[in-house]
Amino acid sequence: MGQQVLNGIFLGSIYALFAVGYTLVFGVLDILNLAHAAVFTLSAFIALALVDAGLSLWLALPAAVAAAGVIGIVLERIAFRPLRGRADSNISGLISSLAMATVFEAIALQIFGPDISRFPPDTFPDRVIRIGGATASLLQFCIVGISVVLMAVLTLLLARTRLGRQIRAVAESPRAARILGVDVNRAIAVAFFLSSALGGAAGVLFGLAFNSISPDVGRSVELKGLAVIILGGMGSVPGAVVAGFLLGLIEVFTVANLGSSFRDAVSFAVLFLVLVARPRGLFGQAATREA
Amino acid sequence: MSDLFLAYESLIAFVFINGLLALSVYATLSCGQLSLANAGFMAIGAYTGALITLRAPAVPFLAVLAASALLPAVVAVPLGLPVLRLRGVFLAIATVGFGEVVRLFFVNWDYTNGALGLVAIPQRTHLWTLVVVLALSLYLFGRLRGSRTGYALEAIREDETAARTMGIHTTAHKLSMLVLGAALAGLAGSLEAHHTFIVSPAGFGFGRVVDMLVQAVVGGTAAFYGPVVGAAFLTVLPELLRELGARLGLAPGPFRLFLNGAILLVVILYLPNGLVSLPARLRRRAREAA
Repeated sequence: MGQQVLNGIFLGSIYALFAVGYTLVFGVLDILNLAHAAVFTLSAFIALALVDAGLSLWLALPAAVAAAGVIGIVLERIAFRPLRGRADSNISGLISSLAMATVFEAIALQIFGPDISRFPPDTFPDRVIRIGGATASLLQFCIVGISVVLMAVLTLLLARTRLGRQIRAVAESPRAARILGVDVNRAIAVAFFLSSALGGAAGVLFGLAFNSISPDVGRSVELKGLAVIILGGMGSVPGAVVAGFLLGLIEVFTVANLGSSFRDAVSFAVLFLVLVARPRGLFGQAATREA
Repeated sequence: MSDLFLAYESLIAFVFINGLLALSVYATLSCGQLSLANAGFMAIGAYTGALITLRAPAVPFLAVLAASALLPAVVAVPLGLPVLRLRGVFLAIATVGFGEVVRLFFVNWDYTNGALGLVAIPQRTHLWTLVVVLALSLYLFGRLRGSRTGYALEAIREDETAARTMGIHTTAHKLSMLVLGAALAGLAGSLEAHHTFIVSPAGFGFGRVVDMLVQAVVGGTAAFYGPVVGAAFLTVLPELLRELGARLGLAPGPFRLFLNGAILLVVILYLPNGLVSLPARLRRRAREAA
């Protein structure tokens, strides 16, 4: 029991980290960025390439996260900014982010090949820690720690800083924000940087945790990320954090009780049930805000 | 001539199958909804068709095809009903999940050999079958345009709230198009299974529905024949450019993927109405220059 809870928290921290970035962009732009999972994959590969080049993990991780953030800015510039103000930007933004996801996947496939890549065995010290009757590796602890710290930093940044206020203002109404002197394009670019950096961090941690990275690794978290942001409420950062841990726990307990073939069905079941019963999710605002 | 035809018969068949799939995505796009479940519907149709043909060879092909279209259509109703009442983006989310679950279902189902899939399906799809099915589908969409339903769909695409205010039953219309798209995707899946001899879950991943969407959007969703044009263009283009990719030192898989993504991006940014709007646009430009 204790062991399952521990595993759930560990898995959930990665889901939450991934979904926080997802939901941040949705909150600001009202567009689902389907390239988020591709950034997750690319960042994991960048960290792997840096470690392979002889860099210590503690340098490779921040470097890959920063690179992911920059990819996010490029993504926004190419796929989202030109569509701003177009009437159908909801759907066309989805499609153009899908186009970028395809391009990113092609790049990963060309450079790293279709096979599973792994970190070298001595990347992280292999140590086991016991808490009561449950055991966890040092790596798992570090992953939970890093995720929680990053999410706390994001929350503080959004709540307390000038930049965070600007991002929240743009999320509320881009036009009103512009009238009040906010540089809307810059606020959106920053939101993309943060979102992609967190998604990238989740990618590196996921790659370390399961030690297997392939060009389609993002697919496996995409569905979970979607389930988390729906459960947490579209656009709600605290919602995504809570829902991420919740999904991790639900998934671990389902696998323990029903078998591993139900692993991915869990996310879909959660997603669908929330859509039917409470579309606004746990922390979302008005269910359908139209026109 | 006949040699040339034989060499390209498979490519031509895929132009038709992909055309049908692009139309299946167009069905929901025509009322402004993005459904990404069509690889899942396609899988259901393909497995239905393959199972009937393998287990009950006496059943006529027409009945097999009808069943392959019917089952995904029935499945689409409970999927669409709750989701379509919500804002557009929820359909995209729910359908991404649905497609993945269908694929995983077939990976885990022992009756259909799990990840290996079904093999040695007799070839029952002929080129003329494909021509007839695609022509009928195009006829259907052509007739829809300018009809009462067609106008209703356009109204929903332009402004859903306004359409509802005018008394259009938006959920019913959106659901009908989702069901129609599911039936077409299932039909295409079954036709493909009876053409390539095999069905396996790997063929129905997320990449497959992205392909369909790319083809529909690149061809253009403002006209009902746009998706078919896009499917033909994007099915033939990688074959024509294969030499170029090899010379650039790119593997065929990533090259095709990159081409798809890049073309989709260019079209959505600079040519929102797709390739079929290109002639009119060029004419206008020429007139303005003159």
